[in-house]
Amino acid sequence: MGEHLIKMPDVGEGIAEAELVEWHVKVGDLVREDAVLAAVMTDKATVEIPSPVDGEILWLGAEIGDVVAIGSPLIRLKVASEGGDPSGGSEEKEAAPPVRAEDIEAQADGAVKVSDAIVEQQGEQQRRNAPPRPVEVPQAPAVRLHQPPVARAEGEGPVASPAVRLRARDAGIDLRQVPGSGPAGRITHEDLDAFLTHGREPARAPGLAQNTSVEHIKVIGLRRKIAEKMAIAKSRIPHITYVEEVDVTALEDLRAALNADKRADRPKLTLLPFLMRAMVKAIADQPHLNAVYDDEAGVVHQHGGVHIGIATQTGSGLMVPVVKHVEARDLWGCATELNRLAESAKAGLAAREELMGSTITITSLGAIGGVVTTPVINYPEVAIIGVNKIMVRPVWDGTTFIPRKMMNLSSSFDHRIIDGWDAAVFVQRIKALLETPAMIFVEA
Amino acid sequence: MKDISCKLLVIGAGPGGYVCAIRAGQLGIDTVIVEASKPGGTCLNIGCIPSKAIIHAAEEYDRIVHLSSGRNSLGISAAKPELDFSQTIAWKDTIVGRLNSGVSSLLKRAKVKMVQGQARFRDGKTVEVATEMGHQIIRAENVVIATGSVPIELPSLPFGGSVISSTEALALSGIPERLVVVGGGYIGLELGTAFAKMGANVTVVEAQARILPQYDAELTKPVAKRLQALGIQVMTGAKAKGLVRSGDALLVEAGDGSEVTLAADKILVTVGRRPVTQGWGLEELVLDMDGPFIRIGERCQTSMRGIYAIGDVTGEPMLAHRAMAQGEMVAEIIAGHRRAWDKRSIPAVCFTDPEIVSVGLMPEDAKKAGTEIRLGHFPFSANGRAMTKLGEDGFVRVTARSDNHLVLGIQAVGHGVSELAAAFGLALEMGARLEDIAGTIHAHPTQGEAFQEAALKALGHELHI
Repeated sequence: MGEHLIKMPDVGEGIAEAELVEWHVKVGDLVREDAVLAAVMTDKATVEIPSPVDGEILWLGAEIGDVVAIGSPLIRLKVASEGGDPSGGSEEKEAAPPVRAEDIEAQADGAVKVSDAIVEQQGEQQRRNAPPRPVEVPQAPAVRLHQPPVARAEGEGPVASPAVRLRARDAGIDLRQVPGSGPAGRITHEDLDAFLTHGREPARAPGLAQNTSVEHIKVIGLRRKIAEKMAIAKSRIPHITYVEEVDVTALEDLRAALNADKRADRPKLTLLPFLMRAMVKAIADQPHLNAVYDDEAGVVHQHGGVHIGIATQTGSGLMVPVVKHVEARDLWGCATELNRLAESAKAGLAAREELMGSTITITSLGAIGGVVTTPVINYPEVAIIGVNKIMVRPVWDGTTFIPRKMMNLSSSFDHRIIDGWDAAVFVQRIKALLETPAMIFVEA
Repeated sequence: MKDISCKLLVIGAGPGGYVCAIRAGQLGIDTVIVEASKPGGTCLNIGCIPSKAIIHAAEEYDRIVHLSSGRNSLGISAAKPELDFSQTIAWKDTIVGRLNSGVSSLLKRAKVKMVQGQARFRDGKTVEVATEMGHQIIRAENVVIATGSVPIELPSLPFGGSVISSTEALALSGIPERLVVVGGGYIGLELGTAFAKMGANVTVVEAQARILPQYDAELTKPVAKRLQALGIQVMTGAKAKGLVRSGDALLVEAGDGSEVTLAADKILVTVGRRPVTQGWGLEELVLDMDGPFIRIGERCQTSMRGIYAIGDVTGEPMLAHRAMAQGEMVAEIIAGHRRAWDKRSIPAVCFTDPEIVSVGLMPEDAKKAGTEIRLGHFPFSANGRAMTKLGEDGFVRVTARSDNHLVLGIQAVGHGVSELAAAFGLALEMGARLEDIAGTIHAHPTQGEAFQEAALKALGHELHI
C-alpha cells in the first residue's frame, strides 16, 4: 500500500491560485481513476479535478471556499501498489493530475464536466476493476429522508384506507389535498393528523404567517469573485458619477430604418453598437479615459485599442465579456461580436480570454434600465458608461412641447485620474454624437 | 287509516332497503320501510341465498354420484344416491324463512316501522301504500327508492308455461329432464350447472362468442372446461328464436346460421335483469334517468331534494353488497353525517363450478386506461391445499401499477375462491401494494397462499413455482 498526493493542478496560464468550490468525495471514500474529486474555480470558469488513480481518500487539504495556491497539497489517497503499475511502489508518489483542456466542456452553469470520452473510459474501467467496490462518485445520499409525493393522475382517487377516508370525510377534508407519506403515496392517519394540525393554517391567514427561518448561504464561486471585485472597486476608487440626458429620437429612427432594411445574415441592431462606435470617437479626443490604472504601481496603462467590457447578467451572476478592438469594428461588426459574447457568457461557454482585457465598460439594463444609476467602475478601469431606459418625454422646443425619445447616460469615473471637467466633456461628446448619429459615421 | 309522518321512508326491503332502514334506526331516525312481498328482496327470497342452497345441494349430490360411479382416487365407494328434490326445496325454504324473520327482527330491534303493501308516490314527500287493510298515506322528509330489479323477459320467449325465470327455477317441483338455459351469464350458468349435477340434460344458449362475456377468456376457461365435463352443451353465438308450436322445444339460430330445435321441458331465460321503475309512481316524480336506471350522484341523491335511490334501480353492478353499502351510507347522510361514495371496489363472485371472483380492474381495463401494469399469476396446480381438495383448476391473478406497485385488481378462479373475496377486497380498499400482500404471512396450507404467491410473482420473486 502506498500514498498518493494530489496537488492543486495548474488550471490556466498565469493563474496562481484557485478557489475550491466543491468536494465530490469525503475522507474514507473509495474512488476510481477518473472519478471527479473536486471542483475548483479560477476567474470565471470552474474546473473539475479527476482522480489519477484508484484509491481511498485519506485527507482533504482545503475546505469549500478556500483559495488554494497552485501546487499546494490538496488530497491524499491510499493506493494499492500491486504489480503492473510501475510508478506505484511503497514510496510516496506525488503528482498533479493533468487537466485535459481538450476534454473539458464548459456547461451552462459555468461548471466544466468531463467529456463523454472520459465517461466512456471510466465505464470501461469500472467493468474491468470489479473488486474492490468503490463508492459511486458523485452520488446522491443513499438514505431518502422524505419520499416525494406520488403524482396522481387527474380523477384518480387518493390512496387511503377506509378508516382514514371516513375520518377525513367527518372532518370535512378533501383527501386529494393531503400529501401521503406511505408507500405508493398512501395517506396514513398520521398524514391526516399532520394536515389537521398544520395543513390548514396557511389557508386561514394567507401571507400573514411569520417566517423566522434563516438560510445560511456560503458566498463561493462566481458570486465571491463578484463580491471581491465590487469591494475593491468601491473601496479603492473615488467614484464621480455624471448623469446627462440624451435625445435619441434621431438615433432610434436610424436604428429602426437599418433594422427594417438589414441583410438577413445581420443581427438586429440595439442601441449598444451605436454607443460603442460613439465611444471610439470620443476616446479619440480623450484617450486617457480608455485606460487601466495600476494604483499600486502608480501607473496608468493607456490603451490604443478600445476594448469595451459589456456587463452581462447570466444565470450564475454578473459577467463582463469583452468586445476587443472596437476601433477596428464597424457597426455591424460590433453588433455581431456583442451578440456572440453575450450568448456564450449566458450559456457559460465564454473563454477566459473573452472575459478579460477590457479598457472601458458599458452597463445597460435595457428596458428596466431605470432613470439614473450609479455604476461601479470595472476595476482597474477608469470609466464606465451606464445606459438608462429610453422613454418618450415632452421637450420644450422654444414654442411648444414636442414628444421626444429621451434616454439618460449615468457614467462613473475614477476621480483620481479623471477630473470632473474631463468626465463632462466625454459624456457631452457622446451625447452630441448620439443626438446627431450621422456624426458617428462621418470621418473627422 | 291514520296517516304516518316520518323522517325517512324506505321503499323496498331488499338488501339495500333493509340495511338502510336498520342503520337509520340505529342512528335514531324515525324510519318506515314498505315492502310488497317478504323482507329480504330478490337476494334473500329468490336470488343469492336460495340459489346457493340449490347449488350446494347439487354439489353434494354430484359428489356422491361421482363416488358411486366406480373407483376413484380417494378410495371411497358409495351407493348411488337418491334425490328428493321437493325436500331440497323445502330445506331451501326453511333457510329463506329463517332469514326473512331474521331481517324482520333486526328491523324491529332498530325500531323501524314495517308496512306491508305496494307503495306508490303521490308526490315527492307523500307515498300511498296499498295494504291489506286499505290505503295508508305516509309523509316523509326523506324517501329512499330501493325497488330493485326483475329478470328481463325476451319478447320472443315470454315467461309462462315451460319458459321460466330464475325465480321459478328456484321453486321447481322436480328436476327437469331437459333444460335449456338461454343466456350464459353467471345466473344461467350457476343454475344450469346445479340442475345438470342433479341429473338434468342441460344446454346453454349464449348470444355472444363465449360464456360470462364480462370476464376474460383466461378466467372463464376452467368454467367452460367443467361445463363440458358435466355434459352441458354450450352453444355460443346462438340466438333463441322462440318456442316451436307444440311448446316443448326451442328454436335456436346457431352460430353458423343454421336453425336448431332443442327439445326442452323447461326453458330458463337468464338474459339479465332490469330495474323496477314501474308500478310505484315514478311518473309522479321528476327524476333524471340514466338509461333505464334512476340517475344518482355520489351521495345516492336523485335529482329531487330529499329523494335518494339505492341498489339495482340505480344501475350496474346489480349486486346486493353494493346496495347494502349504499343503504348504509344514505342512512348516515340523512342522519347528518358527511358521507359520499368512495369505495374502491365492488367484488363480484360467480358461484359457478369452479367459482370466479373479481375485485377491482381486469388487466385489460387497466391497460385501456393507459396504466402500465405488472401481472402476477399463480395457478392452483402449484398450491398444496388445492391438490388435497382435488381442485387444481384455476389461479389467482394480481394486477398492479408498474411504477408504484399499487394493486389495481385481483381475480381468481377455482374451487371455493369466493371466500378469497374478503382478502382481495380488503387489499384494494386499504391501498395495498404488491409488497404488502407479499409481506403478509398467509396460512399454510390454504388456497390463500396463491394470493401471496401471485403478488410475489408480480414482483419477480415467486417461491413455489
